[in-house]
Amino acid sequence: MRRFAAMSAVTLVAITIVSAFLMPLAYMVATAFKDSSQLTAVGAPLYPAAPEVFVYEGEELKVFDVPAPDGSVHAWALLEPHREDAVFIDPANADAGPIAWVGRWRTLQQHWGFSLKVDNFTAAWETIDFPRLFMNSFGIAGLSTLGAVLSAICVAYGFSRFRFPGRNGLFILMLATIILPFQVTLIPSYAVYLQLGWVGTWLPLIIPHFFSNAYNVFLLRQYFLTIPRELDEAAMIDGAGPFRILRSVIVPQAVPGIVAVTLFHFFWAWNEYFLPLIYLQGKPDLQPLAVGLARFNALYSQQPTLIQAAAIMAMLLPVVVFFFAQRAFMRGVVFGGVEK
Amino acid sequence: MSTTQVTAGPVAIKPRGRWRAFTERESLTGLAFVSPFIIGFIVFSAIPMLASLVLSLTDFDPREPDQVRFIGLDNYAQMLSDPVLHQSLGVTVRFALLVVPLTLAFALGVAMLVNSKLLAGRTVFRTLFYMPMQIPIVASTIVWIGVLHATTGWLNYALEGVGIPGPNWLQSTFWVGPALGLMGLWGIGNMMLIFLAGLQSVPTELYDAAKVDGAGPWASFRNVTLPMISPVLFYNVIIALIAAFQYFTQAYVVSNGRGDPDRATLFFNLDLYREAFGFFHMGYASAMAWLLFVIVLGLTIVLFKTAGSWVFAGGER
Repeated sequence: MRRFAAMSAVTLVAITIVSAFLMPLAYMVATAFKDSSQLTAVGAPLYPAAPEVFVYEGEELKVFDVPAPDGSVHAWALLEPHREDAVFIDPANADAGPIAWVGRWRTLQQHWGFSLKVDNFTAAWETIDFPRLFMNSFGIAGLSTLGAVLSAICVAYGFSRFRFPGRNGLFILMLATIILPFQVTLIPSYAVYLQLGWVGTWLPLIIPHFFSNAYNVFLLRQYFLTIPRELDEAAMIDGAGPFRILRSVIVPQAVPGIVAVTLFHFFWAWNEYFLPLIYLQGKPDLQPLAVGLARFNALYSQQPTLIQAAAIMAMLLPVVVFFFAQRAFMRGVVFGGVEK
Repeated sequence: MSTTQVTAGPVAIKPRGRWRAFTERESLTGLAFVSPFIIGFIVFSAIPMLASLVLSLTDFDPREPDQVRFIGLDNYAQMLSDPVLHQSLGVTVRFALLVVPLTLAFALGVAMLVNSKLLAGRTVFRTLFYMPMQIPIVASTIVWIGVLHATTGWLNYALEGVGIPGPNWLQSTFWVGPALGLMGLWGIGNMMLIFLAGLQSVPTELYDAAKVDGAGPWASFRNVTLPMISPVLFYNVIIALIAAFQYFTQAYVVSNGRGDPDRATLFFNLDLYREAFGFFHMGYASAMAWLLFVIVLGLTIVLFKTAGSWVFAGGER
C-alpha cells in the first residue's frame, strides 16, 4: 500500500513535469486553430473559440456570460440593451421568453464557444507553397541519406572486419572530426562550390554525405562488431568475397543499426538549417522546409496563427515517424553514445 | 582483443605479432572499404582546413576572387580590437555557462525520474521527454517564440496566474538568454537517454551497500550515482559544450538574423555568418572560424586533462 502511494506520487510529479515540458505544443495547436482576433481579445479562452451568437426571430444576438442574482452564471443572448438594465433570452430555452436583468450589460463578457478555424492551414499551405518545400526537403534528405548510409556501411565494414596498417590511427582521426567545427571548412568549401557552379543547387548538401560521417560510421561499426565473425568465416569458406559477405551476412544481421542510422541521418538532414540557408539563398524554389519556414516566420511574424499552422505542418512527418519508430531511434542513441 | 581459434580460411594462418598480422590482400581490401572516409577527409576536411588557414591571412572576397591580397596576421589583429566580435564571444560564453549546466542537470533529473522503479509507464515518459528533439529546430523555435510572447504567450499567462509579472522575454537583453536556455530544454533527448543508459549500468549492490552504511538519498546520489555515471557525464559535457559554441539556428530565427535585441542574440556563429555571407569578409570570417576551432579544441583538451581527477573509470580499461 505504501508502495502504491509512492508510485502515485512519483507518477503524478512526472505527469506535472511532462505537461509543463510539452505545454508549448498545446499552445501551438490551440493557436493554429484560432482566429487571429482571438489572440488579443480580452476574456477569450485558451482553446480555439469564437464569440457565440444566437439567432432569435431573424436577428443575430450576442451571447454574454450573465450573473444571475442567485450567483449562478448563464450564457444568455442580449435582446434589448439599456443603460442600467437589459433584457436577455436564454438560447437553451427560448420559449420561456425574455428575462429582465438589472445591471450594466457593457461590463459583461462575451460568451465564447469552441470553434476551430481550419483556414489557417490552407492559407499557410498556399503562402509557403508547402508541397514544393516538402518535396525539396524530401529530395535533399533522401539523397543525402542514401549516400550517408551506403558510405557508412562500407567504412564501418572496413574498420570492423579488416586489419590494415594505421587502422586505429584513422579511426581516431575520424572520431576527432566530431569536434571539428564545420565553420573551419565552411568558407573554402563555399568558395570551391561557387567556382564549380554548385552554389544555388542541392549538390553541396548531398555530395559530401557520400563520403561517410563519423557518427554514422561509429554507430554501425559498434553494431558490426557484435556480429559473430564465425558467420563471415563460414561464408568465406563457401567462397564468398568481401562484398558478398557484406551484402549477404553483415547487412542482414545489422538491419536495426542501419535503420537507426537511416532515420537519424534523414531527420538530421530534414531539420538542417544553416547549410541550406547559405547554399540556397535566393533560390526559394529549391529550398527545404526549414528555410522556407524561417522565411515565412520573418515575413508573417504579425500573424502567429498562420505561423503556428505552418510549424505544425513542418514537424508532422518527423514527429509521426518518431512515434512509429521510437525504439529504433532511442536504441540508436544509446548504442552510439555510450560504448565509447 | 579476442584471439581466434579458427582452423580454416586465410584468417587463421596469421602470425601473432601485431604488425606482421596484416596480409597485403586484407590490408588493401580494408583500405578500399575505408576509402570513402579517407577521400572525404582529405577533400572535405583536411584541404579546406588548410585553405581556411590560408584564407584567414588574406582579404578574400568571393565576389572578387582575383583581387585577393595576402595581409598576414591583420585579420587576427583586427579580432583583438573588434567590439562586435568581443560582444558575440561574450554572448556565446555567457550562454554556454548558463545552458550547459542547466541542460545537464535537467537531463540527469529527467533520466533519474524515468529510471525510477516508482514511475508507472516509464517508456511513455521517456518517449515524451525525447520527442521535442525530433521537431525541426526552426519549427520548435517558432513555437517557443509564440509561447514566450510578452502579452499573448502562455508562459506569461502562467506566471500571471501565480502573481508574477512576466518579462518581455525575447525583447529584453537580460531575459533573452534565459529564454533561449528554456528553449534548449527541448533538446535534452539524447543526453537523457545517455544518462539513462549510464544509470542502468550502476550495479544495484552499490546502492544496497550505501543503504547499509546509512546513506540517505542525497548521500547515495553523491557517492554512488555521480561517480558511477561520471563517464557518461563527461561525454555529455563535451557534446553540450561543442553544441553551445555552434549555436546558430535558434538565434537566427528569434532575431531574423539580426542578433536583436541590441546584439544580445548575436552569437559567435551568427557574427561569423554575417561577416562571411552578409559582408563577404571571408578572410576575416576564416580567422574567426579558426578562433572558434582553437576554443573548442582547447576546451576539449582541458576536459580530457582534468578527466582523470573526476571521471571514474571503474572496471573498464
